[in-house]
Amino acid sequence: MKLDTRLVYGLLVCVLLISAPHASHLPLWVSSLSAVLLGWRAYLAYSNKPLPPRWLLLAVVAGSLLGILLSFHTLFGREAGVTLLILLAALKLLELRSARDATIVIYLACFVIITRFFYSQSLLTALLMLVTLLVIVTTWIHLQSTGLSLRPRLRIASVMLLQAIPLTLILFVLFPRVQGPLWGLPQDAYTSSGLDDKMSPGSVSNLTLSDAVAFRVAFKDKPPQRGQMYWRGPVLWDFDGHTWTTGPIRFGRLKPVQLDNLAFPIDYTVTLEPHNKNWLFALEMPTRISVPAGMTFDFQVQQKLPVTSRLRYDAHSQLGFRANAEEDLRQLQRALMLPRGLNPQAQKLAAEWRASAVTGEAVMRTALDYFSREGFQYSLSPAPAGEQEIDDFLFVTRKGFCEHYASSFVFLMRAAGVPARVVTGYQGGEYNDLGNYYIVRQSDAHAWAEVWLRGRGWVRVDPTAAIAPARVELGVAAALPASDSAALPLIVQAQSPGLIGLPPWLINLRFNLDTLTNQWNQWVLGYNPERQFAFLTRMGMEAITWQRMAFTMLGGVALLVGIFTLFMLRQLAVRNTDEALRLYLKFCRKLASKGIERDAHEGPQDFAARAAQMQPKLAPAIADITARYVALRYGNQTDKEVLAALRRAVRNF
Amino acid sequence: MPDTVLAALRQQFRTWLFRPKIDSGTVTLNQRRIFIIPTRQGIGFVVVLLVMLLGDINYNLSLGYVLTFLLGTTALMTMLHTFRNMAQLEIRAGHAEAVFAGDTAQFVFHFHNNGRLARYHIVLHDADGHSVTFDLPARQSTQVKLPIPAVRRGWLESGRLTLLTEFPLGLYHAWSYLQFDTRCLIYPRPAAPQPLPVGSAQSGAGKFNVAGDEDFSGLRSYVAGDAIPRIAWKALAREQGLQVKQFSAQQGQELWLEWALLPAHPAERKLEILTRWVLDADAQGLLYGLRLPDLELSPQQGVSHRAECLRALALCGLPK
Repeated sequence: MKLDTRLVYGLLVCVLLISAPHASHLPLWVSSLSAVLLGWRAYLAYSNKPLPPRWLLLAVVAGSLLGILLSFHTLFGREAGVTLLILLAALKLLELRSARDATIVIYLACFVIITRFFYSQSLLTALLMLVTLLVIVTTWIHLQSTGLSLRPRLRIASVMLLQAIPLTLILFVLFPRVQGPLWGLPQDAYTSSGLDDKMSPGSVSNLTLSDAVAFRVAFKDKPPQRGQMYWRGPVLWDFDGHTWTTGPIRFGRLKPVQLDNLAFPIDYTVTLEPHNKNWLFALEMPTRISVPAGMTFDFQVQQKLPVTSRLRYDAHSQLGFRANAEEDLRQLQRALMLPRGLNPQAQKLAAEWRASAVTGEAVMRTALDYFSREGFQYSLSPAPAGEQEIDDFLFVTRKGFCEHYASSFVFLMRAAGVPARVVTGYQGGEYNDLGNYYIVRQSDAHAWAEVWLRGRGWVRVDPTAAIAPARVELGVAAALPASDSAALPLIVQAQSPGLIGLPPWLINLRFNLDTLTNQWNQWVLGYNPERQFAFLTRMGMEAITWQRMAFTMLGGVALLVGIFTLFMLRQLAVRNTDEALRLYLKFCRKLASKGIERDAHEGPQDFAARAAQMQPKLAPAIADITARYVALRYGNQTDKEVLAALRRAVRNF
Repeated sequence: MPDTVLAALRQQFRTWLFRPKIDSGTVTLNQRRIFIIPTRQGIGFVVVLLVMLLGDINYNLSLGYVLTFLLGTTALMTMLHTFRNMAQLEIRAGHAEAVFAGDTAQFVFHFHNNGRLARYHIVLHDADGHSVTFDLPARQSTQVKLPIPAVRRGWLESGRLTLLTEFPLGLYHAWSYLQFDTRCLIYPRPAAPQPLPVGSAQSGAGKFNVAGDEDFSGLRSYVAGDAIPRIAWKALAREQGLQVKQFSAQQGQELWLEWALLPAHPAERKLEILTRWVLDADAQGLLYGLRLPDLELSPQQGVSHRAECLRALALCGLPK
């Protein structure tokens, strides 16, 4: 059996629509091979040539498998699986011999759409999904009705999808949700870009180039000053001369954290994008959080499992605090450790400060003075450093980003005998006045320092603020020199009012879009078991169990299907659309009630003559109605006035 | 033993469920007449959906849920669309023209679609798999011809027919049984051309001119079925109406086509040769009669006589 060429084109469009969005992350050879296969198939269909022999296809399949093995080192896992499915769909088109093959392509297409959601679940992706579904269903109908032209197929497919949308809404809201995963996920199930648990020169400045959203924050009351918005992330203790790392986390073996002298409480809700790490972000210092998470000895909020789906939590922080005024000695010792023999100049400088200053606080001030006085520059593109990184930065290049300042500051503090550590996280945020929330992006990533001072505990020190106060007050774009900020994402550049930014309407549009995205994220993508429970409770459902949800869901679906059935079957009902006939039959019923019944064989004229004979008084009216009816029905007249006259006459009869 | 009991019960159930009943007049397909079950593709699609749902749950893909539910509810609604594609159709059996054995009988059915909705890709097939596929536009009657090869002479019954559709997605199979009391007459297969029997001519009856094809003997008015070459075109040109030239046969006699003339052949073969003779005699415009063991048709000519002869041959020895 040879399949209709138009059907082949339809299937080609389906496969193209499902494969194209994957092109951005697939290896180039996969996209190219896929394009070549589709092009080849289109050419064969166009020129009406026979399909390639099976051995050739098998060779291509074997080659693809080999390529996938070489590219991904496995045939399983997410990336390799998606690649395999996309290539198989294209190859199946070259083996399109029967209706069964076409059905397989359609099913495969439906399935491949879902793989797209590993990478993006945005509103745009959802719209593309609807368009793709419309094309697939239209093609599918073609498969079942050879020769039906595009327009009726498109109409039927649209009707079917439009009917499915309200049903889907019911299922989406009420389908009992289970928190995944059901089984172990492959390692590469989630891509993440975000802060790491280590920091080396360049790691934060690289992040700054991304405008991806890290989390969104809605404050319950008045938001804090931008300069107060330090979103605490991983705390880094151990330094090897190049990289700072968290080192081993020791739960429980140390004294519990103490926070006192609390002031300036603040409540807010964070919607955290999945970043595949255990930590959550909160303003310094967090005291309560609404999800099960613990606080480490160095005030990091962590949960047991990595954040693999969008997480929403309420948090409570105190902007004024005294943290661990009595610190464990082992901790303080750890906060003084330095790699041996590195950066002698910095060590020497620190030793001088230590000799001249009495307290840790005085040393800290000297260091900050040093940074602001000695002509340091805030830059995204520092000169490469040599073996002695800190020395090179402090005495030669004097150009760097926040990780350089945090790193060298902590180094100097430790060398001067003041316990210190590096804290990474985000600083600031962009206010969206349409949605009344803050957007914190990867470009807000930041690193600062904490020193331990006797009697004051751990105190936050931001050396970056010493050389570029604008970073903290206005954001990264305002703090960088113009030549550097051009490298920032457009969105981040526009945040700074001082820069030649984008036109206001574009900024407005951007906020509108982000508000929409936020709603989408909260209500569609973030619809998890807790959200479902909260929503159904708000809708007035009591004693929510999965059985109850399932029954309500099935009931709703049955009701809606019933309504659809009524509407759909009404289109089949035999109804008299001929108004003239309807009126005439009414006239006949009226006569019948007077005892004059029309026989089945009697035409209108004969019947009128007989009726007039039986009821001479009514003769003129009978003749009038009959004449109008005959004119309308047999005279091919569809005059509105005649019809209206007939209606009047019958009514008055 | 239980197997046979079970099979018998199943047969009973099917008999009860599908109630084979001879339909006459107009049949309207209401919900009691339409059956619907998922096809194998339909079940396959459910499996695909279940795999997708597992993926959604495992990977927390909210948009995946949306897609799965959209496809699932579309598949659900397809059942209604498939059912609707057949519901409320009105069907009436038409007349099937007689054909010769070896040809294809065309059973005619009149489908009337009274609704505002066009119906697509409906299949009508018989028990042996002969089928016809058609669309039915909205508010129209459509004549559908189901071709069934005519193998043997006699009456060919359409038998129990199945009307089915899997439109629009092939996920469901909706069908209805139709058993009309319609039948098609099958004439015997004509034997290879044979000379007409000569010896059967009977003399004595030819006192008047018998139609033949040697000598022109005048004009008579046209009767449907007369051979085109015999039309008197000149007369037509003189506006004398449609006339046919008449010739008188030299033999001037009737031709009897007799069963008894063919003793050496088996019965079916005899019928085939007789059929050939009837056709040839008719083509030559002869006056011919047919004598079968159980029936005798006196010599005549014309279309209706030919049909009567062929019918007699078709049903010879068979119940009428």
